[in-house]
Amino acid sequence: MNTKLLQTVAALSLLAGVAVAGEDATLIINDEETMVTEAAAPAHAENLDRIYSGWVFRADETQVLQMDDFDNPAFVFTDQGQDLYDTVDGTAGESCANCHGDVDSFAGLTAQMPRVNSDGELETLTELVNNCRTERMGAEAWKYSASQMTAVTALIGLQSRGMPVDVAIDGAAAPYWERGKELYYTRVGQLDMSCSNCHEDNYDVMIRADHLSQGQTNGFPTYRLKNAKLNSRHGRFKGCMKNIRATPFKEGGDEFKALELYVASRGNGLSVETPSVRN
Amino acid sequence: MKILIATAVVAAFFAGTATAQDTVVPTAVMFDEGAVGVSLTGVVGDAANGRKVFANRKQGNCLACHANADLSEQSFHGEVGPPLDGAADRWSEDELRGIVTNSKLMFEGTIMPAFYIDAGYTRPLEKFDGKSILSAQQVEDVVAYLMTLKEN
Ligand code: HEC
Ligand code: HEC
Repeated sequence: MNTKLLQTVAALSLLAGVAVAGEDATLIINDEETMVTEAAAPAHAENLDRIYSGWVFRADETQVLQMDDFDNPAFVFTDQGQDLYDTVDGTAGESCANCHGDVDSFAGLTAQMPRVNSDGELETLTELVNNCRTERMGAEAWKYSASQMTAVTALIGLQSRGMPVDVAIDGAAAPYWERGKELYYTRVGQLDMSCSNCHEDNYDVMIRADHLSQGQTNGFPTYRLKNAKLNSRHGRFKGCMKNIRATPFKEGGDEFKALELYVASRGNGLSVETPSVRN
Repeated sequence: MKILIATAVVAAFFAGTATAQDTVVPTAVMFDEGAVGVSLTGVVGDAANGRKVFANRKQGNCLACHANADLSEQSFHGEVGPPLDGAADRWSEDELRGIVTNSKLMFEGTIMPAFYIDAGYTRPLEKFDGKSILSAQQVEDVVAYLMTLKEN
C-alpha cells in the first residue's frame, strides 16, 4: 500500500470511527476482534458493580486509533519487539525465538500475569523476560521499563489480545494480593490521595482535562499520545504517584509488583487489549 | 521568681513573633467545627491574586475538581467536587477559610487536599516534604476570592 492510500484508509476509518466510538461504543479491532470493554465486576472488587476498560473513557479520536492495527501507533514498537525477539544476544548465542519458537506460543500468558512461581514468589512478565536474558542467554538485563522491554512485553501481550484477564489471587498469591490492596487504598503524597480516590470513587468524572477511568491495566504496555511511546504498568503507577506529589515506589520493587497483581485482578474479565492507545 | 521570668520570656516571644510576622503556622491553626475564625496572616486577602491561585495548576489547581463560571476563560473545569458558583452564599468567610486550610475537618474523608498543613501526609516527594501546598497569604487570597462568588 502506498502512503497516499494508507492516509485515505486512515481518514476513512477515522470518519467511520467517529460514528461508532464514544462511551457506549464497542471496541472491534480490525473489523473482526470484539473486545470486552465492560463486564460485571469480579466479587473481590467489592466496591465496583461494573468494570470498564480505560478505552471507554478516551476521546473518539483516541478510541479509533486502537480499532485498526494500521492506525495503532504501538505497532511500530511491537515490530521492534519482534526484531528483538528474533535477534541473538548475549554470550550463549541464543535469541528468544531459538528457545520459544514462534511468539504465538505465548498466547494466554499475559492474561495470567503477574503470578506466583514455584518458589512462592510473585513474578511479573518483565521479570520472566529478564530471567531468560540473564540466566539462559548470558545477556544483560534490560531496565524495568526500557524501550526494548516494553516492546517485547507488548509483543508477548498481543498474543493474548481478546482473552479475558484472569489473574489468580488465592493460595500463594493471597498475601501479595492483600498487600496490593492495602497500597491501593492508602493515601500518599502531599495531596494525600489513594488510587481508589480517583479510580474507584471518581471514575467517569473529569479531573481538569482528564476523563478519569478505573485505572485498569488490561491494555498495558500502552502507547500514550502524550509521550509517543509504550508505557509500562509500573511507569504509569509512578506517574500517578508523582501527580499527587508522592515519592513513587521503585519500578520492579515489591510494592509495585503487589499493586500490579491487585490492580490486574480488578480487571479480571476484561479483554487483554495490549497494545492499547491512550492519551 | 523563676516561673515569672519564664512567663515573661514566653510573653515576649509571642509578642515578638506577633509584631514581626503575624502568620499562624499550620500546626497552630485553631478550628471550630471545621471553620477558622482568625486570619492566618492578619493581612486582608487579595481576591484578584486569589483568583490566579485558584486556577494555577501548580498552586490551588482548584479547577481540577471544581467548575467555576467566573473562570469561564479557562478551558477545563473538573467535576470531582461541587461547582463553586455562589460559594459565598452557602458558606461564611470563616467556614471557607477552614475548608481551604484543611477540608478534612469539614468533610470527613474527602478527596479534597488540605492546602495548609505541613505534616501528617505520607511519602511526600522530597521537594514538598514539610511544606504546605499554599502559603498562609495564598489561603487568605483564595478565601477573599471565594467571598466574591455570590449569586444572590
Ligand atoms: C489525582 C488522581 C489520580 C490518582 C490518585 C491516581 N491516578 Fe491513575 N490516573 C489518573 C489519570 C487522570 C489518568 C489518565 C486517565 C485515566 O485513564 O484515568 C490515570 C491513569 C491510570 C492508569 C492507566 C489506565 C489506562 O487505561 O491506560 C492506571 C493503570 C492508573 N492510573 C493506576 C493508578 C494507580 C495504581 C494509582 C495509585 C498508585 C493511581 N492510578 C492514582 C489519575 C489518578
Ligand atoms: C481533588 C479534588 C479537589 C480539589 C483539588 C479541590 N477540591 Fe474543594 N471539594 C472537593 C470535594 C469532593 C468537595 C465536596 C466535599 C466532599 O463531600 O468531599 C469539595 C468542597 C469544596 C467547597 C464546599 C463546596 C460547597 O459549596 O459545598 C469549597 C468552598 C471548596 N471545595 C473549595 C476549594 C478550593 C478553593 C480549592 C483549591 C484551593 C479546592 N476546593 C480544591 C474536591 C476538591
